[in-house]
Amino acid sequence: MAPVLQVEHLKKIFFSDAGEELTAVNDVSFAVHAGEKVAIIGESGSGKTTVARLVTRLSDVTEGRIVLMGKDITRASGRKLRGAYANMQMVFQSPAESFDPRCTLGDGIAECLRNFGRSRKEAEQETLRLLRVCGLAADFAGRYPHEASGGQCQRAAIARAIALKPKLLILDEATSALDVTVQAEILALLTQLQREFSLAYLFICHDIALVQDFCDRVLVMHEGRVVEEGASEEVIRRPKQAYTKRLIDSVL
Amino acid sequence: MSEVTVRVQKVRTASLKRKLIFFGALAGLLVAASFFSSYLCPWDPYEQNLALAKAAPSADHLLGTDRYGRDMLSRVIAGSYTSILSTLLLVAFISVFGSIAGIFCAWSGKRLDTLVMRLADMFLAFPGLVFALAVAAVLGGGVQNAIFALAAISWPKYARLARSQTLAQQELPYMQAARMAGCGTLGLIRRHVVPNIAGPILVTAMLDIGTMMMELAGLSFLGLGAKPPIPEWGSMMSDTRNLLATHPWVTLAPGFAIFVSVMIFNLLGDTVRDWLDPKNRR
Ligand SMILES: Nc1ncnc2c1ncn2[C@@H]1O[C@H](COP(=O)(O)OP(=O)(O)OP(=O)(O)O)[C@@H](O)[C@H]1O
Ligand SMILES: [Mg+2]
Repeated sequence: MAPVLQVEHLKKIFFSDAGEELTAVNDVSFAVHAGEKVAIIGESGSGKTTVARLVTRLSDVTEGRIVLMGKDITRASGRKLRGAYANMQMVFQSPAESFDPRCTLGDGIAECLRNFGRSRKEAEQETLRLLRVCGLAADFAGRYPHEASGGQCQRAAIARAIALKPKLLILDEATSALDVTVQAEILALLTQLQREFSLAYLFICHDIALVQDFCDRVLVMHEGRVVEEGASEEVIRRPKQAYTKRLIDSVL
Repeated sequence: MSEVTVRVQKVRTASLKRKLIFFGALAGLLVAASFFSSYLCPWDPYEQNLALAKAAPSADHLLGTDRYGRDMLSRVIAGSYTSILSTLLLVAFISVFGSIAGIFCAWSGKRLDTLVMRLADMFLAFPGLVFALAVAAVLGGGVQNAIFALAAISWPKYARLARSQTLAQQELPYMQAARMAGCGTLGLIRRHVVPNIAGPILVTAMLDIGTMMMELAGLSFLGLGAKPPIPEWGSMMSDTRNLLATHPWVTLAPGFAIFVSVMIFNLLGDTVRDWLDPKNRR
């Protein structure tokens, strides 16, 4: 079966105002298959968020190719990109800030549904259902982001991300702002969603123990490159690269 | 949130609401008065009566009369039509036009952005008075041309503000989230950018009403705005300034009108700013 997401030789160069070049992502290739949970680990500044931003087309690719569900979206824009977002969603690093401070959480979720052609009424009902699925009471639909806790915003963000029934969910440090119990609940939710919708995850994370538990495969990034790749058990138990070894030793 | 903070928050919100209603009502009254000024004048503001010239305030003429014997109260009320309504029109126009230009700049490519912003800088760098003089020289004096001159040099402030606010919003995660939620550029601007930058722009506009009223009055004072005998507060003060020592009411009446109106709009602006802060709501 063709992968949900295929990334080939991805490269991103940032140009500073002074004209200096910074290669944040260099020759990164990987694939994510349906229902698979792939983690990206690596030290701070290794380019994980940049990969997520490239894959989601929030940032322009310098070189390489991104294929989502068999469609090349490397330069997609407008309607085509919107179509891609029906299949691919992201949960952002800062949950509360990923909602418009002037809109309620319910508005944020419903907006997504409305943009993809649901009627106002349908969107409202679906929003309540999604909140319930993500373990939030219906009254959260009427709350503003600053009236909910980080974990609650995170659940709402997940509710929004799964509203369109995407095939791929990208989570950028989705659990690092949460305490251990809430984190466990969110992970249980993600596992349940994966079973229900055969979602594939691209899971960006600092927590190596969590990756070992939760993910099938892991990519290790260092200075914009993927230096090691394999089954998460395998890579974390028996790292081949010195860098991976150091990364794992530093946290375990 | 602890109970105490909640209480404090509620009290603050309640008093803020009262303030907003109070100043809003005052400003509304002022605008309504200027709109219906022709019905409110006790006397005809243009009618001269030289026998009554420079009369002190009395029961008949509450604010006295000017050097042509015209009723000062009527002239101040009639003057509000020119002074307040043209100021509101001016501020509404520059804030809307300037903001649209700013948002457009933030969204357009680098070249267009630079072009428009340099143009804005050019207007901004012009000394206001010199520009108004130039406009008056080319197009002639009059309220319309004074407004035109002020509009030309004031829109860049809004363009800059809207542009920087929009750029700041574009960086925030929720904009990316909204993009991924399928919002097109126009939807993004309409539903997310405008509501989020409207606050600072509205506050600037509110505070600008006072400034613009003064500028307009200043231009009229210099003879570049409203032409006599049209009653306008600035030109009224200018006309009568040599009477200040002997017949102070003719100068002080329009001066006081400017002072009070500017004050009301400034206080309203401050209150609106506090009100729009989302932390002060609910
Ligand atoms: N918009 C940008 N302009 C210039 N440089 C950038 C930009 N975004 C990221 N970078 C640089 O690219 C590199 C990779 O950043 P990135 O945010 O992808 O790291 P990360 O792996 O997500 O780190 P963290 O774990 O701290 O989130 C960093 O050196 C960063 O400074
Ligand atoms: Mg990051």
